[in-house]
Amino acid sequence: MAELTALTIAEARDGLKKKSFSAAELADAHLAAMEKARALNAYVQETPERAHAMAKASDARIATGKAGALEGIPLAIKDMFCTEGVRTTASSRILENFVPTYESTVSAQLWRDGAVLLGKTNNDEFAMGSSNETSYFGPVTSPWRRKGANTKLVPGGSSGGSAAAVAANLALGATGTDTGGSIRQPAAFTGTVGIKPTYGRCSRWGIVAFASSLDQAGPFAKTTRDAAILLRSMAGHDPKDTTSVDRAVPDYEAAVGKSVKGMKIGIPKEYRVDGMPPEIEKMWEQGASWLKAAGAEIVEVSLPHTKYALPAYYIVNPAEASSNLARYDGVRYGLRVPGRDVIEMYEKTRAEGFGPEVRRRVMIGTYVLSAGYYDAYYLRAQKVRTLIKKDFEDCFKAGVHAMLTPATPSAAFGIGEKGKADPVEMYLNDVFTVTVNMAGLPGIVVPAGLDGQGLPLGLQLIGRPFDEEAIFSLGEIIEKAAGRFSAPKWW
Amino acid sequence: MSVDADTVRRIAHLARIAVADGEVEHLRGEINAILAFVEQLSEVNVDGIEPMTSVTPMAMKKRPDVVTDGANADAVLKNAPAAEDHFFAVPKVVE
Repeated sequence: MAELTALTIAEARDGLKKKSFSAAELADAHLAAMEKARALNAYVQETPERAHAMAKASDARIATGKAGALEGIPLAIKDMFCTEGVRTTASSRILENFVPTYESTVSAQLWRDGAVLLGKTNNDEFAMGSSNETSYFGPVTSPWRRKGANTKLVPGGSSGGSAAAVAANLALGATGTDTGGSIRQPAAFTGTVGIKPTYGRCSRWGIVAFASSLDQAGPFAKTTRDAAILLRSMAGHDPKDTTSVDRAVPDYEAAVGKSVKGMKIGIPKEYRVDGMPPEIEKMWEQGASWLKAAGAEIVEVSLPHTKYALPAYYIVNPAEASSNLARYDGVRYGLRVPGRDVIEMYEKTRAEGFGPEVRRRVMIGTYVLSAGYYDAYYLRAQKVRTLIKKDFEDCFKAGVHAMLTPATPSAAFGIGEKGKADPVEMYLNDVFTVTVNMAGLPGIVVPAGLDGQGLPLGLQLIGRPFDEEAIFSLGEIIEKAAGRFSAPKWW
Repeated sequence: MSVDADTVRRIAHLARIAVADGEVEHLRGEINAILAFVEQLSEVNVDGIEPMTSVTPMAMKKRPDVVTDGANADAVLKNAPAAEDHFFAVPKVVE
């Protein structure tokens, strides 16, 4: 039944409705594929029993005409989302045995609409990373390989397991979280579609907190349409998250295929960075001409504070992370390493429970928030953030509907190739995506082509606040022109 | 700005993360690389700019100050490394 795993969500939805196959068959096909793909390490936990039970319930609802919008659709959930009764680790040793007694709002809404849980996917520890190499459970191997080589490549991060699972047909869709690019960069590396919606569009309740003013949940899918279908279920107001917005959720799928005639698309000149590979520059131009051919108007715009987004992010992000991760104290949940007294217990627990990247970020955050340094670092970064957001607002006020940019400065790299000597080398991966989190805007990445080595490259569309619909419409134009890309199966 | 070995030890203690003597030099290098990278922010003129407090303009929502949850001590303690009689258990704090 290998062909069932190759379906899109829209196709599976039709097949289930027509009873061409059952939700149980669809789940089984995916569980079998997951078992054969364990070498990728995309899942940190498979939940076959849960999948069987949920699929069975879906089949019963389909039989009685009570199917929800995602009835019987098997999904993977990033291990940052708390799932009731299913271990949730954030891919950290400190949460190795944590079993939530509650369900995150976003995943609860997926189950409300009939989706089926296949398992929990691997990610960088506490979502801190751009390659999925900081996971306590080891790196994820991308289903993609360079032409004629078998070097193991990263799927990107932090949502590397979700991206790899969708790219390798181990789930019809998956959830991710995006703090600085953690959905969009892995989507670009794996030839999948990923969207980070506007800050406040999805509830953060029940998602392991990393940097609260930047974190948003969003979907991974094989197509723009599928991403739109998933986001509609995931989004919505939640009284349990005061930053979630009380605003109706549009039918995003209706935006897919809509004309983009007359839309003004900004090409931010500051994104033309030094050393950008010519292939990425060419693809960017190609993307602009596809949108132009579809009737959009292409204009050059300026976002003058772009170069300061990444340094400001590396203050705001560790600062918020250090505060959020203060809760891991070995007292209420998670790992405890005994010490002579309570302080030593805290210190040993956190030293052994957190990996190197998490320890580093917590320490940087502690430093920039500490007495005497707060104004110089944190306060200044928050002022720069205001300027970054204003750059976008000025363009939108001038009539720009969305921006088109590259998703990443390069295609996927090899496991172990980056960030060994200098952590900043890894951070630079997010140069095109962090601005969007800093400004709270929606951003989608769609596959736009393959590079000379046969690896996928993505383009990013950045929208006005709460105008996910525009970037779904635009994303589909690029998808239609570029075609879909799938990794040749080797695992 | 850059940090010295003593500052690394002080930050680690503030963050409640045990750092072995052998790790200090390496951490110092990494922290300084990050601090050197963020140093470019000092070029930006931020005079009269308000620091961002909320990325989406919204008024803080309020709700009536009433009990909405509780009476689930078993669930709260379910993942506790040590618990006794519906209390979290910790090493002795006061001599």
